[in-house]
This record gives sequence, structure tokens and C-alpha cells, in this order.
Amino acid sequence: MVELESDSATAGPPRPWRSAARARAGAVRGAAGAVRARLRLVTAVTALGALVLAALSVPALSAAPGTVDYQAIRLPPSPAHPFGTDTSGRDLFVRSLAGLRVSLLVAAVSTVVSTVLGTAVGALSGASGGWVDRLLMRVVDAVNAVPHLLLGIVIVALYRGTVLAVVLSIGLTHWATVARVVRSEVLGLRDRPYVDAAVSAGAGRWWVLRNHLLPAIVPQAALSAVLLVPHAVFHETALSFLGLGLPPHLASIGNILSDGREGVLLGAWWIVAFPAGLLVATTLSVSGIAAAWRDRTIPTRRSELTL
Amino acid sequence: MDPERVNSRVWTVRRRSRAGAVAGLVVRRVVLAVPVLLLVSLAVFLLAAASPFDPIHQYYGVRIFDASAADVASVREQLDLDRPVLARFWDWLSGILSGDLGMSRSMRAPVADVLARRLPWTLLLACCGLALAVVFSLVIGTVAAWRQGGWTDRLITAVGHALEGIPPFVVALLAIALFSLGLGWLPVAGLTDAGSSLGPAQVIEHLVLPAAVLGISQSPWLVLHVRQSLLTAFTEDHVTGARARGVRERVVVARHALPTALLPFVTLIGARIPELVTGAVLVEEVFSWPGVASAVVTAARAADYPLLAILTLLATAAVLLGSLLADVAAVLLDPRVSADG
Repeated sequence: MVELESDSATAGPPRPWRSAARARAGAVRGAAGAVRARLRLVTAVTALGALVLAALSVPALSAAPGTVDYQAIRLPPSPAHPFGTDTSGRDLFVRSLAGLRVSLLVAAVSTVVSTVLGTAVGALSGASGGWVDRLLMRVVDAVNAVPHLLLGIVIVALYRGTVLAVVLSIGLTHWATVARVVRSEVLGLRDRPYVDAAVSAGAGRWWVLRNHLLPAIVPQAALSAVLLVPHAVFHETALSFLGLGLPPHLASIGNILSDGREGVLLGAWWIVAFPAGLLVATTLSVSGIAAAWRDRTIPTRRSELTL
Repeated sequence: MDPERVNSRVWTVRRRSRAGAVAGLVVRRVVLAVPVLLLVSLAVFLLAAASPFDPIHQYYGVRIFDASAADVASVREQLDLDRPVLARFWDWLSGILSGDLGMSRSMRAPVADVLARRLPWTLLLACCGLALAVVFSLVIGTVAAWRQGGWTDRLITAVGHALEGIPPFVVALLAIALFSLGLGWLPVAGLTDAGSSLGPAQVIEHLVLPAAVLGISQSPWLVLHVRQSLLTAFTEDHVTGARARGVRERVVVARHALPTALLPFVTLIGARIPELVTGAVLVEEVFSWPGVASAVVTAARAADYPLLAILTLLATAAVLLGSLLADVAAVLLDPRVSADG
């Protein structure tokens, strides 16, 4: 008899295949842990919502965003300039939030690129098997073996100075993780009875892939995508910081920090501290949400372990 | 599995010596590394060929506008830019195999010289940073796990999670602001003070801050991992048994719980070599450390393929070597791990 897939997929009590030691380690958390996890999720969602809202509204509402004022360079934080001003006298509060918007946008687009690419490669690899699978997995190994930032630098260096270059350099280096996750998911799904049933009813490979496998791997792929966002933000900032990323006139967190480098040497720590604080708050809230989501959908893996 | 087959499997595993198994693992990995390295370097060349950016512009700079077409063509030929990409790739590959790494355009020196001059500094920085991260995270992670739930543990966990989100270059800038400019304890950047000659004292003074920043920025993952696996180890039967026998707490932690927790830690260190390379690039750039990692940025700005390709290849080799060493260590440390795969 075939069980309904939706029943076995939803989270229930701890799975029996967790080892006894793991189960005991998990049991310490208990009810208080559940409350704390819930609180953490609520905090993360609220913080991210507030940040995104501020990033969208503040630069749009402020009178003159990015106005250069050489009489007000490197002013420390004050009520008029909550984050202080930068080396060109621009208000850092507005500029940082504008930068956050650019950074998040670039990160989101690159995440979509790498998730789509990763899902396509992973699904193809898992569904076809044989030499296609082996070849694609070697490619995945090769991509994973190159440090992402280095490959990103190579790509950006060759297609320099455009937003597209940055998006491609992040998108083309991060799909391999997604591909591997999706492939193992597809491999697990391939032998399910409903796939067998479809195949014996005469369904073709592509039909099965489109109608049975892809819908089932969407949650996994979406989770990997969310987990990728903080990483993509980090890569955008790192590339821009090195002077290889977004064009310098575009306010992005990386560009602001890169400008802040000389500011720090002149004692203006706030040019680095506040934009970096915004960046960290965003990264932490996104990864907090992803961790909560992962704990809910995949209860065997604890959030404190690395990806 | 039926007992008969389990028995025979145990026997085959035992019969093969550990050393032989390790040698087999090394050979297999090295053989697998060859196609990966080839693929990576080919990809760099193909990406370079597809790029709209013409390296001749970097070579000339603004003088390209005054140069005559014949002149540009002859330089193009001299720099070997006029031939198809696969031919150039083949030349480059056969050059490497015969020991000629080519010329670096951005450094205006043979690539081999650039590497010889810069690689030792990067190795020094990376080794110090990694050693610092390992020692630091073992100590801090153990303290956190031992005091689980207490304020020390909460503080360490919270700081660890926050540090995971802070890019290394921000840590570096804040460290410069605090320790070099605020307190004036350590130099801001470089390898020596201006005008001083290269000596151990100078180098150590300039190494402290970059190595500490690299180590700290690598450690949160390691700290949280040590803590987590120690917590799991504390609930295992052999630790409960040791506690029941009245073994002292310090001995229980150090001799009974830590060894079981260390094995995944070794694997994790191997898996984090890519992040170490990333961190080294950023830290070297901020501190103007004269290593190969900051040469990546210079080479990238100048679209200097010969140097860029070698550096990418080196980094990839370092990653593969790191995971190989971690796996070898795992096989040697734990008799339960089989060396297959």
C-alpha cells in the first residue's frame, strides 16, 4: 500500500532515525527552547522587515540623498546626522540605507540566478544519472574547489564595472551547493512509488521531471536560496570593497566601506561601524529566518551546525 | 546485512594496513585532482577569452590613443594575444609542465619570481591565522560547552553568531581603528616600518594584527562546532560512565569527551580552506600584506591572465590539499573510519 506523500513529508515528532545521543541532546531544549526559537524567529522577521522598509523609504523620502557637502566632511554622529557624515560630507544614514537597498537587490538577483542554475543542473543530474550525472558532478566539484571569492574576482575582472558582472560573478559561483542539494533530493525521489507508477503508465523522462520531481524539490531549492542571500551580500560587499565590484558612484554597502577605509585611518570609525552594523543586522536576520525555516522543515539538522 | 557478510567485511578492513589505506586514499585523490585542476584553468582561460576587456589597453594605458596600429599589433604579437584561446591554453599548459610559468603583465616580472617573492608571506600569514583560529576555538568552544546555558556560554554563542555575519575586512578595519590608531599598540599596515630593514622583530610586530584578524574571522564556525559536538559528546554513554566512576571533571572533558568531538572538527578545518583563502585575500588587501592573495586583486584589476590563472590554480590546489589532509588525519586518528571513497 502506498502512503500519501504529503503525510510523511510534514514535520511530526522527532524522527526515529536520530541517534539516541542526538535525541537526548535535543531534548534539553524542550519547551523553553521552542519558546526561545519562536522569539528568535519573530525578532528576525521584525528586524528584517524594519530594515527593508527603511532601506526602501528613507532614501526616497530624504530631501537630497547623496548631496556632497565639503563643509560637513567626517562629522561624528549627531542628531542631525545619526550615523555621521562620510569623507565627502554625505549623510551616512541615508547613504547606508540606500547602499543596503542596492546590496540587497544585487544579492537577491544573484541568488535567483544561482538557484535557477543550481536547480536545473541538480535536477538534470539527478534525473538522468549515468555519464551526464558523473560529468555534471565533476563540474560541481571543480566549482566547489575554487574559493568562491577568487572565482568571483576572476569573473568580475574580465567583465568589469557593471552590475551585471557582479551579479554573474556571484550567481555563477554559488550554484554548485544548490545543485548538490537538489540532486540528492531528486535521487531520493526517483525511487518513490508514484514516480514508478508514472513511468509504468508511460510517462516520459521530461514529463516526470516537470510534473513529479520539480514540484517536490521547490521547498528545498527555496530554502537553499534564502540561505544563499547573506552569502551573496557578503560577496557583493567584498568585491566592491576590493574596488572590483559595483561602480564607485553607486552607493552600496561595499562601496561605502571601501570609502570608509581611508576615513578609518583619519579616525572616522563611524564610516565603517554603522554601515557594517546595518550589514550584520541584515545578514543575521536573514540567516535567523532561514535557520528557523530549516528547523521546521528538516528537523534532523540543528541550526547551530554550519551549512 | 547477514552476519556472515559483516564478518568478512570486518576481516578485509582489518587485513589492509592503515598505512596502505592512507596511501590508496592519497593516490585516488591526487588522480581525481588532475581533471579538476585542468577544468578550472581551462575555465579561467575561456572566461578570459570571452571577456570584452582587451588586455592590450591595460598594457598601454592612455598611451594607446597615440600608439600606431602597427605598433599595437606587434605588441599584441609579443604578448601572445593574437592567437586563439585554445592554442594559448595549450602553450600555457605545456609551459607550466616544463617549469615556465610565463610573464606577469601587472607585476612586470616572471610569474615564478612573483610567486617566490610573495608566497612565503601568504603561507606565514595563513598558517598563523589558522593555528590561532584552531587553538582559540578549541579553548573557547570547550569553555562554552562546559558551562552550557550559563552567561559565558550565552555570550560566546551570541558573539559567535554575530561574528559569522561580519566580513573579515570590517573586522580588519575596526581592529586597525582600535589597536593601531586608538591605542597605538601595533602598526597599521605593511611588512616593515618605513625605512627599516626586514628583520624578525619587524615582521612579528606587523604580523600580529593581520594574523589575529584572520584567525578571529575564521573562528566563529569552529567555536560553535566544537561547542556543539562537545555537547553531544557529553550525553554519550562513555562520558556518563566516566562521570559515574568519579573521574575528575577536567579529565572527563579533556580525555573522554574532547577526543570524540575532535574528529568532525578536523574534517571541518579541511572544509574551511576556501574561506581561509577568501579571508586571506581580504586581510592582505586591507593590511597591504605583500602576499599572493593581494596579488590576486592587482592581477584582476589588470586582467593579467598568466598570474590570475596560476593563483586560481594554487588556491584550488590548496583547497583540494586541505580536504585531503583532513581526510588523512581522520583515517589516522579514528580506527573506525574507513579510507574508501
